Amino acid sequence: MDTGKQRAPSGTDRSEKRFSVCLAGSGLIIVLLLLAIFATLLVTALPAIKEFGIFFFIGRVWDATTETFGALPFLVGTLLTSFLALVISIPFSIAISIFLGEYFKTGAISTFLRSAVEVLAGIPSVIYGLWGLFFLMPAVRFIEMKLGVAPHGVGILTSSLILAIMIIPFSASIGREVITLVPGDLKEAAYSLGATRFEVIRNIVIPYARSGIIAGILLALGRAIGETMAVTMLIGNSNFLPTSIFSPANTMASVIANEFAEATGVTAASLIYVALVLFLVTMVVNIIGTYVIQRISIEASREVS
Amino acid sequence: MTGGHVGRRLAKDTLFKGAVCLLAFLSLLPLFLILYYITMKGISVINWDFLFSLPRPIGESGGGVANAVVGTLMLIALSSVISVPCGIAAGIYLSENKTGKLSNTIRLSVIVLQGTPSIVIGIIAYLWVVAPLKTFSALSGGVALSIMMLPVIIKTTEETLKLIPYHLKEASLALGVPYYRTILKVVLPSGISGILTGILLSVARITGETAPLLFTAFGNQFMNVNIFKPIDSLPYRIFYYAMSPYPEWHSFAWGASFILVVLTLALNLIARGISAKWKIQF
Repeated sequence: MDTGKQRAPSGTDRSEKRFSVCLAGSGLIIVLLLLAIFATLLVTALPAIKEFGIFFFIGRVWDATTETFGALPFLVGTLLTSFLALVISIPFSIAISIFLGEYFKTGAISTFLRSAVEVLAGIPSVIYGLWGLFFLMPAVRFIEMKLGVAPHGVGILTSSLILAIMIIPFSASIGREVITLVPGDLKEAAYSLGATRFEVIRNIVIPYARSGIIAGILLALGRAIGETMAVTMLIGNSNFLPTSIFSPANTMASVIANEFAEATGVTAASLIYVALVLFLVTMVVNIIGTYVIQRISIEASREVS
Repeated sequence: MTGGHVGRRLAKDTLFKGAVCLLAFLSLLPLFLILYYITMKGISVINWDFLFSLPRPIGESGGGVANAVVGTLMLIALSSVISVPCGIAAGIYLSENKTGKLSNTIRLSVIVLQGTPSIVIGIIAYLWVVAPLKTFSALSGGVALSIMMLPVIIKTTEETLKLIPYHLKEASLALGVPYYRTILKVVLPSGISGILTGILLSVARITGETAPLLFTAFGNQFMNVNIFKPIDSLPYRIFYYAMSPYPEWHSFAWGASFILVVLTLALNLIARGISAKWKIQF
């Protein structure tokens, strides 16, 4: 009897300990997973890092037969497509944020727009690519023929258009959140001075929500940089430095998708080097974006209390 | 003078509102075009043969996507088995330890992991699973997709469990229930709808992923249920058919897209239904 009584708490203690080790272990796994991803990329890219070093980023030639690898065309391709996509998407995403966060906060029309944007975010990347191939590509080819440039149809412009459509939901939903966080008394003060709604939005709402909107755009940029399938299908798979926004190119993500399956040796290491850069760039962009948004929501909750 | 000034300001106001509404609804145009294309071109392809037969080689007409549907379901099951337990446990840890060095590091890792491009995760799964086993396999695809599921599950679990009121836990602890049983029998069941929603949303996220499967699950013309062999999936089949030069395969790509979109939308709807029906109320 006596021993049984003593065993019961010790058994519970052991389960207790096992349980907390289990929880902390699972958390630790996530951290280790990330470190392992970084370490794996670094180690397997080492042959390419040793061979090309920092010149990897200014080399214009990517040629597997002579084993010369420079990633400049892909850096340029990624930067061009993502920034072009951002520029195209910004008016639309800000319009949606203002529409949902200011003009129509509730009601049927707001629910409709919000769910439609959510559906847009949920459509798989490969389907965007498929639609781009059969709708955007002929459209862009038509424009190119009118302009008198080589009618590839695929290329940087086509990829940027599809990317813009794909990232609108992200920056729009973050924009809506930060716009709804703008304190009501600030807006009411402006209204009481006789400001119109447009003036309130321009002088109160947008300045107050600016950093959050920018963070949302930053997170959308992170997504555009890493987006693979739709871009791979529409960019034209060319390893040369793009000469105009109509020319076929490759982004960092699309060159990996196109070439990694057949790559060996230094070629594979160079592609993993590209992946490492992609990983680090998206990491920095995401950390900054998330940090800014967190700070805003903390500030907003402090103001309420 | 003043009247004209105010009139101009009001006109500007109306103009701005009009522009906002126009741009907001213009951005829905692609959505409707995509849905229109998928429905118009997809539905006409779908029949029993398409759903229940295997892809045929070039030159033979007909064939279907049965193996791709089975493959996608297998990949979902595999990646859920790997990621759900670990994700929920990590989510519980974060909600129980709101501050602390490990919690903050985990949160940062979750953010980074969520933003990691899918193609990079594909390479990782290739290096970790495909290279050592020397063959493309369903298992490697499952590993890649589970890495993508983890952050979503952890985040939703943490956020759901944060909403559970503290007095519920206190009541259980006051009755002498050990801490771990309190978590498992009181806290977790109260938050089950939110956690389930998170799992479904993460499944919806990975169902359409193609990039991580390019060098892992790889694709397979035949029916396969062996997790150590290459396996087909709907998104991969769409990609393969879309990039082919044959018009019949293009229409198959639309048919497969229709199935995939219906699948992901259904998952999203169910997830939302669950969270609406079993809302956490205290």
